[in-house]
Amino acid sequence: MTVQISFTLNGRPTTVEVEPATLVAELLREQLNLTGTHIGCDTSQCGACVVHLNGLPVKSCTLLAPALDGATLLTIEGLQGAPGSNQMHPMQEAFREHHGLQCGFCTPGMLMTAVALATEKPDLTEADVRHGLEGNICRCTGYQNIVVSVLAGAAAMNAAKGE
Amino acid sequence: MGNVIGIGASPKRKEDQRFLTGRGNYVSDIKRPGTAAGVFVRSPHGHAVLRGIDKSAALASPGVIAVLTGDDAKADGLGSLPCGWGISDAKGVPMKEPPFPMLAQGKVRFVGDMVAFIIAETPEQANAAAELLAVDYEVLHSVVGVLEAIRPNAPQLFDDVPNNICCDWELGDKAAVESAFRKAAHVAKLSLVNNRLIGNPMEPRAAIAEYEPGTDRFTLWTTSQFPHVVRFLMGALVLNIPQHKLRVVAPDVGGGFGVKQFHYGEEAVITWAAKRVMRPIKWVASRSEGYVSDRHGRDHVTEAELALDETGKFLAFRVNTLANMGGYLSTFGPNIPTNLYGPLLGGVYTTPAIYCNVKVVFTNTVPVDAYRGAGRPEATFVLERIVDVAAAEMGIDRVEIRRRNMIPKEAYPYQTPVLVQYDSGDPMGCLDGALAAADVKSFGIRKAASASKGKFRGLGYSTYVEACGLAPSRFAGRLGARGGLYESATVRVHPTGQVTVMIGTHNHGQGHETTFAQIVSDKLGVAFDNVDIVFGDTDRVQFGMGTYGSRSLVVGGAALSKATDKVIAKGKKIASHLLEAAEVDIQFEAGKFSVAGTDRMKTFEEIAGAAYVPHNYPLEVLEPGLEEQAYYDPVNFTYPGGCHIAEVEVDPETGTVTLVNYTAVDDVGTVINPMIVEGQLHGGIVQGVGQALFENAVYDESSGQLLSGSLMDYCMPRADHMPMMKVATHSTLCTHTPMGVKGCGEVGTIGSPAAVINAVVDALSHLGVTHVDMPATPNRIWRLLQNASLPVAAE
Repeated sequence: MTVQISFTLNGRPTTVEVEPATLVAELLREQLNLTGTHIGCDTSQCGACVVHLNGLPVKSCTLLAPALDGATLLTIEGLQGAPGSNQMHPMQEAFREHHGLQCGFCTPGMLMTAVALATEKPDLTEADVRHGLEGNICRCTGYQNIVVSVLAGAAAMNAAKGE
Repeated sequence: MGNVIGIGASPKRKEDQRFLTGRGNYVSDIKRPGTAAGVFVRSPHGHAVLRGIDKSAALASPGVIAVLTGDDAKADGLGSLPCGWGISDAKGVPMKEPPFPMLAQGKVRFVGDMVAFIIAETPEQANAAAELLAVDYEVLHSVVGVLEAIRPNAPQLFDDVPNNICCDWELGDKAAVESAFRKAAHVAKLSLVNNRLIGNPMEPRAAIAEYEPGTDRFTLWTTSQFPHVVRFLMGALVLNIPQHKLRVVAPDVGGGFGVKQFHYGEEAVITWAAKRVMRPIKWVASRSEGYVSDRHGRDHVTEAELALDETGKFLAFRVNTLANMGGYLSTFGPNIPTNLYGPLLGGVYTTPAIYCNVKVVFTNTVPVDAYRGAGRPEATFVLERIVDVAAAEMGIDRVEIRRRNMIPKEAYPYQTPVLVQYDSGDPMGCLDGALAAADVKSFGIRKAASASKGKFRGLGYSTYVEACGLAPSRFAGRLGARGGLYESATVRVHPTGQVTVMIGTHNHGQGHETTFAQIVSDKLGVAFDNVDIVFGDTDRVQFGMGTYGSRSLVVGGAALSKATDKVIAKGKKIASHLLEAAEVDIQFEAGKFSVAGTDRMKTFEEIAGAAYVPHNYPLEVLEPGLEEQAYYDPVNFTYPGGCHIAEVEVDPETGTVTLVNYTAVDDVGTVINPMIVEGQLHGGIVQGVGQALFENAVYDESSGQLLSGSLMDYCMPRADHMPMMKVATHSTLCTHTPMGVKGCGEVGTIGSPAAVINAVVDALSHLGVTHVDMPATPNRIWRLLQNASLPVAAE
C-alpha cells in the first residue's frame, strides 16, 4: 500500500508515491536520487541526514515521508546559489575557505544545521556554535575548523542580507 | 588555466566542491540496475556451537533470492580470511593461526560473527527473512577480558590454542634490563588498562558486488582504504578469482581511521554471492551493525616498571602486556600490539635497556586491529604515564625529568635498543615550543582561579615519537609481514600538458587530491587545476598498498616524486632533440625546458605535444608518449614526534573533566599544505581526547554482549567537548624521504591520551591519586574522589 504525497522540494513542486513506513532520508536517497543527505547511524545521533522542513532543521532519518505532505523541504542539493550552477551558499564557501570538512560524509548535515543556526541567531558566538552542533558528529575534523567555518559563514550570511 | 601552486602553500581543496554540494560518491550512493539487497545474520551470542541452520522459513519468505551459510562456502571450496602478519615467539615458534571463515563454521566466537547472508529483492524483505532463519546455537561461556582468558579454566575459543594465547611475543634484552633493575636507585611501577575503542568513521561500511557473465569479471565497490590489497587477498586467497577478473573500487570513503583498512568477510561473501545469484547485490551496514563488526582498536592490560638512577636518569624499562585480539586474527591484528608497540617503547628518551613481553590473546569479542595510531598510542600512553609516576615518586619536576632523559637533537640518527633507528628529530625543541605556546608559566594563576570556584585544575605533558610510513619491505618481511609496503604512482602527461596521476594510496578525508596535485604542480610547473589525482580503483590504478599508518605522503608521495622526476628526464631528452642541444645542457625550471645559457626553450606543453604528435621527434632513440611510473620502497620508517600539553578542570561535585586548553607542537617533517596538516592534527587530537575522556567499548563479561553497541551508549566527542586547540609544527626534515616528509595523520591521536590523563592525575594528585584509567568519565572520577576523601580504613 502506498500513499501519494505532494511537497515542495528544493523549490520545485514534487509528488511521489511512498510506502507509509518510508523515512524521509530513504525517500530522498532511494526514490529521488538525492544522495547528498547521508545516513550515518540508526539512533538519530549523528546528524548526517539533517534537512530543513518548513525552514527548520530536522533529522530526516527520524521523520516519516507522509509527514512531508504539503511541506517545504530543503536538502543539501538545494542549498547552493543559482540552480544548476556551481555557485555555492555563503556557508558552503566558508566551510571550503576554513577547511571545515575532511571526508565530507557529515558535511551536508553539518551545513544544514549551520545554516539553520545562523538564520536563527545572526550574532552567533563560539559557544553557541559548539552547543548548536551537538547533534552533528564529525569524526575527522576535531570540530575546530567547523566552528570557525560556521562563524565565518554566519558573518557572510549577515553581510549578504545587509546588501 | 590556473596557477602553479607549490609545496608549502594552502590551496583550497579540490575535493571540497563535490562534498559541500552533496555530490560525493560514496558506496551507498551507487546504484546498479537490477540490484538485490543483502543482509547479514549475525550471532547474538559471544560463544556458541553452531549446531545447525534451518533455512526453509527464510527461503520461503517473500522476495528472498538466496540464503547462504558457512556450509555453502565450504561446499564451494572457499578459503578463510587471511592474516597479513605472522609473528613468532622468542624461540621462533609461529603464532597460532586458526582459520577465520567468512561465514561461521562450527562455532561462533563473538557477538556479530557472521552466520548467514540473505539476499532478497529489497532490504526490508531480507531483514524480514533474517528474522525467520532458524539457527540452533548451543551457548557456551564467553570470555571477553584478557586476564580472564588466560586463566587455566577459562573457556577455550579454539581447541588447538591452549589458554587462548595466540603468541607469547617478546622484544629487547631481558638480561640487560634485569641487571639494570638490580642497580636502580628507584623503580616506578604502574598497572594500566588501554581501553578498547570503536573507530566510528561517520560513513558506515558498505559494499556492492556485481558479476558480468559476458566477460567473467567481478566488480566490488567497497568502503576500503586499500582496494588493491582487497583484490589481492580476496582474489588470490579467499575466492580464487584471477586478479585480472576482479575489479575492486573504493570511491569516496567517509572516514577510515584504520577501521576500513582490513579485508572483511562481508566483501568476500557479497562478491561470491553476486555470481551465485547472477545479480548485483548491495549491503550497507547500520551503525549498530558496525559496532559489532568493524574491527575494534587498543584493548591492552599492562604492567610496567621503570628503573632510574638517583638523578632520575632512566636505566631500563620493562613492560608486560596482555593484548586482546578478539575472536579471530584480523588482517593486521597480531602486528599491532607487537611490532608497532614494542619498538616505540623507547619514546624520545635515551633509556639504554628495554624489554617487552606481549601475550596476544583470543577472546569472545570483535577482532581487534589497527585503529588510528595503532600500537603507538598504547606505547606512548604507558611510557608517558610511568614517567609522570616516577617524577612524582622521586620529587622531580615532570618537565625536568623529561629533559634529563631526552635524546638531544645532535644525537640523531639515534639507535634505540628496540630495533628502530630514528633518523631525525628534536624533542627538546618541540617541548620548548609547547611550553611557551601553552603559557605554562602562568598555570599557577589559572589553577588558583579554578580553586576559587571549587574546581581542580591540572596540567599534563606527553612527549612522543611514532614510526610512520610503513616500512621498508625487507624489514617488514623480517617482522612477519606477508606483503610489501612500497607504493606506486603513474604520471600521465596528456598531449595538451594536463596531468593525470594514478596513485596506489587512498583518500578518506586527508586531502590527497590537493596535496598530491601540489607536488605535481610544484615539480612540473603545471597549473594546479590541470592536475587530476586518481586512486581507489584497481582497473584505473596500476597497483598500490593504500592509505594507513601515515604512509600516503611519505611513501606514496615519494613514488609520485620519483615518477615526476622520470617525466622530467624524458622531457629533457625530447627537448634536447627539438632544441638541437646536448641533453646535459637542458635545464628544466618553472615548466620550461631550456638550453643552459641561451634563450632557446620549449614549454612543458610543447614537449608533451611533441611526445604525442611525433612528427619531429627522436623516434630512433625515444618512444613516443609521456607517461612514467615509479614504485618506491622506503629505506626506513619515518619518525614524527612532538609534545602535547593538556590542561583540564575537574569538578569535584560531579567528577566531570573539562578540557580547557590544549597545545600541540609536532614534528611532521616537511609540510606540503599547512592548512591540511593543521586539520589532520586537530582531528587526531580529538580522537585521542575521545579515548582519554569518553570512549569505551564495554562487554558484558558472562554473555559477551557488547553493551556500548550504538551511538547512544558509546560516547563520541562532540563540538562542545572541545576548546580551541593551539597546534603548531616544529619540523626537522626526514633524511631519507625525497621531500623530507614524515607523516601527520596519527600524531594527534598518539600524543593526546597521555597528555589528558596526565593532566587529570595532576589535578587530583593532592588527593593522593596516582593513576586514572581511561576513559576518565565523570562516574570514574566521582568514585575516585569519593574513595580519596574517605578515611583509609573505610571498608
